[in-house]
Amino acid sequence: MPQVTLTVNGQTHTAEVEGRTLLVELLRETLRLTGTHVGCDTSQCGACVVHIDGESVKACTTLAVMANGSNVTTIEGLAAADGTLHPMQEAFREYHALQCGFCTPGMVMSAIDLVKKHPDGLTEQQIREGLEGNLCRCTGYHNIVKAIAAAAEVMHGKRAEIARAAE
Amino acid sequence: MYDFQYHKPASVADAVKLLADPDAKAISGGQTLIPALKHRLNRPTAVVDLSGIAEMKGIRREGNAIVIGALSRHDDVAGSAEVKAAIPALADMAAHIGDTQVRNRGTMGGSISNNDPAADYPAAVVALNATVITSKRRITADEFFQGMFTTALEPDELVIAISFPVPEKAGYAKMRNPASRYVMAGVFVAKTGGEVRVAVNGAAPCVFRQGEMEAALGANWSAEAVGGIKQDATDLNGDIHGSAEYRAHLVTVMAKRAVAAAG
Repeated sequence: MPQVTLTVNGQTHTAEVEGRTLLVELLRETLRLTGTHVGCDTSQCGACVVHIDGESVKACTTLAVMANGSNVTTIEGLAAADGTLHPMQEAFREYHALQCGFCTPGMVMSAIDLVKKHPDGLTEQQIREGLEGNLCRCTGYHNIVKAIAAAAEVMHGKRAEIARAAE
Repeated sequence: MYDFQYHKPASVADAVKLLADPDAKAISGGQTLIPALKHRLNRPTAVVDLSGIAEMKGIRREGNAIVIGALSRHDDVAGSAEVKAAIPALADMAAHIGDTQVRNRGTMGGSISNNDPAADYPAAVVALNATVITSKRRITADEFFQGMFTTALEPDELVIAISFPVPEKAGYAKMRNPASRYVMAGVFVAKTGGEVRVAVNGAAPCVFRQGEMEAALGANWSAEAVGGIKQDATDLNGDIHGSAEYRAHLVTVMAKRAVAAAG
């Protein structure tokens, strides 16, 4: 069986996998990092999005062996060791950008990639288009879009803290 | 998904040797193959991962052509300074394939080798009269795409790069299904060295050239020139997403938009 060695959230892991093992299966079933979800399992919903070497990918459509040697970040790897949330997580909380929460890990991971790829800022339209690969069936997206806009301001250094949502 | 042997060759020569096995399948980004494996539409005994082959990577200008390595991801093409400067319509096409996560994995070589009727790149390859450089030969765009999911590639033949002549003008427009975002009909128009080529994707089982529009644009490069041309609906795809007649109508609308985008 192929062996893979990869860094997940800063920790190096080595595991035996089958050729057909998906990255999301390795993360959830072997490493027990169950924050990465499997929604559709057909590359459409984006609940399984993680970062490989800083870029968002669908972990249900990536073979674990193909991630060999790479640096993977999952939703569990975002908050600081003392529990301080990543600005994107903080913004999702502040703007009530989730209801059932199932899509949230993938939304947050996609949103961070989106903000990093637009260092000059993002329009609402760019945020909506950037979320094309993530489906949410509860929120209607409005609060997700607001949260990402607020997080972008902090991630780009324009504000020190997430702007408060209107009461 | 059934299990398979996994190989990761470091050279085209080694990959081709592994692909001599008729039950072996090549993988690059995997954005089509992995879903197909899950559905057991494909059942290879060996999967050959091309991602470590340096010869198949990189985007460069060679004289009056842009040469794009087969392993270039859609995001690489969309962000390439060379492509944006020389063929902005191609960079823009790449920026609107699938979604961000697909663009971060899917490759140009994989897309054209698969030749899905709804794929975007085949229209650019045909309209720009690109040459497909393989592990065995050079294949013209007109010869490469042969039918639904069918190309001129032999089972152990790999696309190494695609060479696109730099056009004077080029534009692409597509109508996406509102739910799946797959192309219902797309039109790529290009004028290269005085020759006009118009390629239609998404509307039929395989990309095709629209000769009547090529002649009209050759005489008068304007949206009005193609606006009165009606695409024959015979042989176009008709399914739950749209009838053949609807797709035929879209071909004219997309052609007008593509010419307008090309300027």
